[in-house]
Amino acid sequence: MSGNEAVALGAWTAGCRVAAAYPGTPSTEILEYASQHRDMYTEWSINEKVSLEVAIGASLAGSRALCAMKHVGLNVASDALMTQTLVGVKGGLVIAVADDVGLSSSQNEQDSRHWGRFAHVPVLEPADAQEAHDMTITAFDLSERFGTPVILRLTTRVCHVKGVVVPAGERQEHVLPGGFEKNPARLVMTPANARHRIPLMYQREEELRRYSGECELNRITEGDDRRIGFVASGPAFMHVREAFPDAPVLKLGLSHPAPMEQIRQLAGQVEQLVVVEEVEPILETEIKAAGIDVVGKEILPRIGELAPHVLRPAIAGLLGEPVTEEPATAPAAPPAKAPEVKLDPATGIQVFPRPPTMCVACPHLGIYYCLSKIKNTSISGDIGCYTLGAGEPWNALDTTICMGASMGVALGLDKGRTEEDRDKKIIAVIGDSTFMHMGMQGLLDITYNRGNVTILLLDNRAVGMTGGQFNPASGRDIHGEEAMQVDFRRICEALGVKSERIHEVNPYELPVLFKALREEIKIPEPSVIITNQPCVLVEFYGARPALTVDAEKCTGCGNCLDVGCPAIFVTRRETVVKPNGKEKELAFVDIDTAACTGCDLCPRTCGPDAIVPLEGFSRQ
Amino acid sequence: MPNVSDNDITNILVAGIGGQGVMTAAEILAQTALAQGYDVKKTEVAGMAQRGGVVTSHVRFGQRVLSPAIPPGEADILVGFEPAEALRWCSHLRPGGVAMVSTTRQAPPVVNLGLFDYPDDPVAEMQARGIDVHAFDAGAIARDLGNFRLVNTVMLGAISRYLPFSPEILKAQILDRFRARKPKLVEINEKAFEAGRKAAEADS
Repeated sequence: MSGNEAVALGAWTAGCRVAAAYPGTPSTEILEYASQHRDMYTEWSINEKVSLEVAIGASLAGSRALCAMKHVGLNVASDALMTQTLVGVKGGLVIAVADDVGLSSSQNEQDSRHWGRFAHVPVLEPADAQEAHDMTITAFDLSERFGTPVILRLTTRVCHVKGVVVPAGERQEHVLPGGFEKNPARLVMTPANARHRIPLMYQREEELRRYSGECELNRITEGDDRRIGFVASGPAFMHVREAFPDAPVLKLGLSHPAPMEQIRQLAGQVEQLVVVEEVEPILETEIKAAGIDVVGKEILPRIGELAPHVLRPAIAGLLGEPVTEEPATAPAAPPAKAPEVKLDPATGIQVFPRPPTMCVACPHLGIYYCLSKIKNTSISGDIGCYTLGAGEPWNALDTTICMGASMGVALGLDKGRTEEDRDKKIIAVIGDSTFMHMGMQGLLDITYNRGNVTILLLDNRAVGMTGGQFNPASGRDIHGEEAMQVDFRRICEALGVKSERIHEVNPYELPVLFKALREEIKIPEPSVIITNQPCVLVEFYGARPALTVDAEKCTGCGNCLDVGCPAIFVTRRETVVKPNGKEKELAFVDIDTAACTGCDLCPRTCGPDAIVPLEGFSRQ
Repeated sequence: MPNVSDNDITNILVAGIGGQGVMTAAEILAQTALAQGYDVKKTEVAGMAQRGGVVTSHVRFGQRVLSPAIPPGEADILVGFEPAEALRWCSHLRPGGVAMVSTTRQAPPVVNLGLFDYPDDPVAEMQARGIDVHAFDAGAIARDLGNFRLVNTVMLGAISRYLPFSPEILKAQILDRFRARKPKLVEINEKAFEAGRKAAEADS
C-alpha cells in the first residue's frame, strides 16, 4: 500500500475517531482511505485551518484525532497550531503534513520540519509506507504521553510510494475518560492564561529531548566503513542505505527534538559525519550549533529530491575519489515558447516539453478562450486547474500566489494602479473550492472597499486538481452522500455584490460568456460571473456523442486550436500566400473521437462549420 | 535476455502520458511481484499527472528494496506507452536493457500549436543510441480489439517474457483483477495480452 493509505490505516488502528482534511497533493489520499473506515468520523473540511480546529475540538472532547494537509496547508492552519501547542491535547492529536519535495504540484517548496521548532512540538519522519503506518500509531501514543500535538512529516516519496506493509492488527478502542473537561486556565488562551502555559511548553520540549535520546525511533544502523557516518531522516535514510550499505547511519525517526548526544557519539566514531536531509539544512544547523563537525548542504542540493545517484557523486567528491558522471534524473524540459527544443546536456536527448494541460472538454477551456481574446487586462489567478490558463495557448493568467489570493491581489492591482494602467480591466479568476477555502473574505474586502474587479467564479462542483473530491459545491459529502449544496449567487449577494452584477453562465455557451465578460469589465464596480458546468472528472459529468472534422470544410484557420482542447490535433500544415503578399500558416485539424466528449465548445469557434457530430457514434 | 541486474533488483520504468494507464500497468506489475514473494516498491509523481503531462511509474522488486526510484542508467525494462516519452526516458535504461515501445503517437497541444516539433523518428533515435528497442503499434491492436484502453494490457503482454516470472503468472494477475472488477472484460483482456505477446515476438 501507499504511504498515504498506511497513515489512514495506522490512524484507524490507533483508535482515531475524527479525521479531517482539505485535499492537497501529495496528502489527498490519506482522507480518501480514512473515509473507507466508517467507524471513524471523516470530513473534507473547507480549509486546513478548519480541519485542524475540528481535530483540536475532537482531541479536547477525549477522542484521538487526525488532520492531514499538504505543506502549504500548514501555513493556513498555523494560526491554530501556534496556540494549540500551549493548550496541549487530551485525546492524541496528529497533524500529518506532506511536503511536495520537488514541486510536482505546488506553488513552492517548503520544509515543514520548521513548524516543529516554531511550535515546539515533536516531528516524526517515516521513511516508507511501513514506517508511515507504525509511526502514525506511535504519534498518537506520544501525543497523549507528552500532552502535545505531533507532526507526522511526510514527503512525496512516502505518500506516493507503494510498499509492503504489515498491519499492526485490530482497531484499539481508545477514548479518554471524562469527556470534555472545562478548564479555562488551560483552554481559554487570554494573555493571562497563555503566559502560564509557555513554561510548560518548554518543559515538555525538554522532556521530549530526553526521550529522543533514548527511544527506539532514533537508532544507529552499524556499518564497517567508518570513513563517513550519516545522519538521515525520512526517505533520505533509504537513499543513504542503498548508496552506502556499509556505512554507519543514525536514522532519526523523531527528528525534533534531535538526539544531540547520539549524534555526537557517532561523530566520534567516524572520520567524517554527513547529514542527509530533505530539504533545508535544519538538522545540519542544529548539529553545527552544538559544536559537532558535520557536512551537509555544502555538498548536497538544497532543493528537490535526493536519491542514491545524487548522493554517490557528492560523497565521492568528499572522499577525494573520482566522480563518475551520472546521468540526470529527469530530462529538463525547455521553457514554453522556446524557438526550438534544446538538447538536454546530460543525456543528449531532444524532446518537446509536455506540460500538464486542461482535460478534454474541461469547462475552463471556454473561459480562457474568451480571456485570451480580450485585450488590456490584468488577470489575477488562484490555485487550481485553472492556473493552467497561464500556459499555451491562452496565456491569460498573470499572477498566482496562494489559495484565495486572486481576490486581494485583484483589489491591490486596482487600488495601486498607476497612470499607465488607468484603463486596465482587472479580472480575478478563482474556482469554487478555492473561493470557499480562502476567497470569500477577499471578495468581501473588494465589495467593502469599492474595488473595481470582475470576478470569474469557476464552479465545477469539485476540487478538480486533486482528482475531483467533493466539496460544498458538489452537494455531496466525503462518502458521496447527499449534503447541503452551497448557493454561490446568494453568498456573493451576502458579501455585498449587487444582484444585477451577478451572472450565472454556461461556459460552453461561448457567445453568452463573452458578452457577460465584455459588459462587466466596463462597469466600474465588483461583479461576479459564475460558471456552472461540472468538472469532467466527477461522476455526474455527462458525456455526449463525439465530434469530428469534415476535412472538406476545414479551411486550416486554426481558430479551434486556440480553445486548447487536447482532443484537437493537427493533421497537416500548409503555408499559403495571401492576395496581399503576406504568408499565412494553415493548420488543418481533426478530433480524437475516442477522447472527445461532445462538449460542443469548439464548433462555436469554427467559422466554416467544419466540426460536426460523428456519424454512427457509439461510446464504449 | 535481461532478467535481474547485479544487485538482484528488477527495475521497470513505465513511461507515458497522464490518462494512458501507466500507473495501472505499474500497479499490476508490482502486485504480481508481490504475489511472487518479492519485496516491492512502486512510485510515481501523481497530481498534475492526470492532466496530460509526463507520467512515469517506477517498479522495483527483489529481495529487499530500499530507495523507491530507479536510478538513471539502471532500468532493466522501459515500457514506453508513447514513442516520444520512451525517447525522453531512454537514458534510464542500463546497458543491455530493453525498451518496449508503442508507436502510437500522441502529440501535446504545444506541438499542435506549432510551438515545438515532434521528433521525426523516436524509435530510430533510440536504436542509434544502441538501445535494444522493440516497437509496435499497441494503439492499433487495442483499437482493432475494440477499445483503446486495452493498450495497457497489450504492453504488459509485450514485456511478459522479459520478467523474472512466467508470462502466465502476469496474465493470471491481470485477468484476476478484471474478474474482480469488470468480469465482462476478462476475455478481451486475455486477447489483448496475447496480441501484445505476439507483437513483441514478431518484432524481435
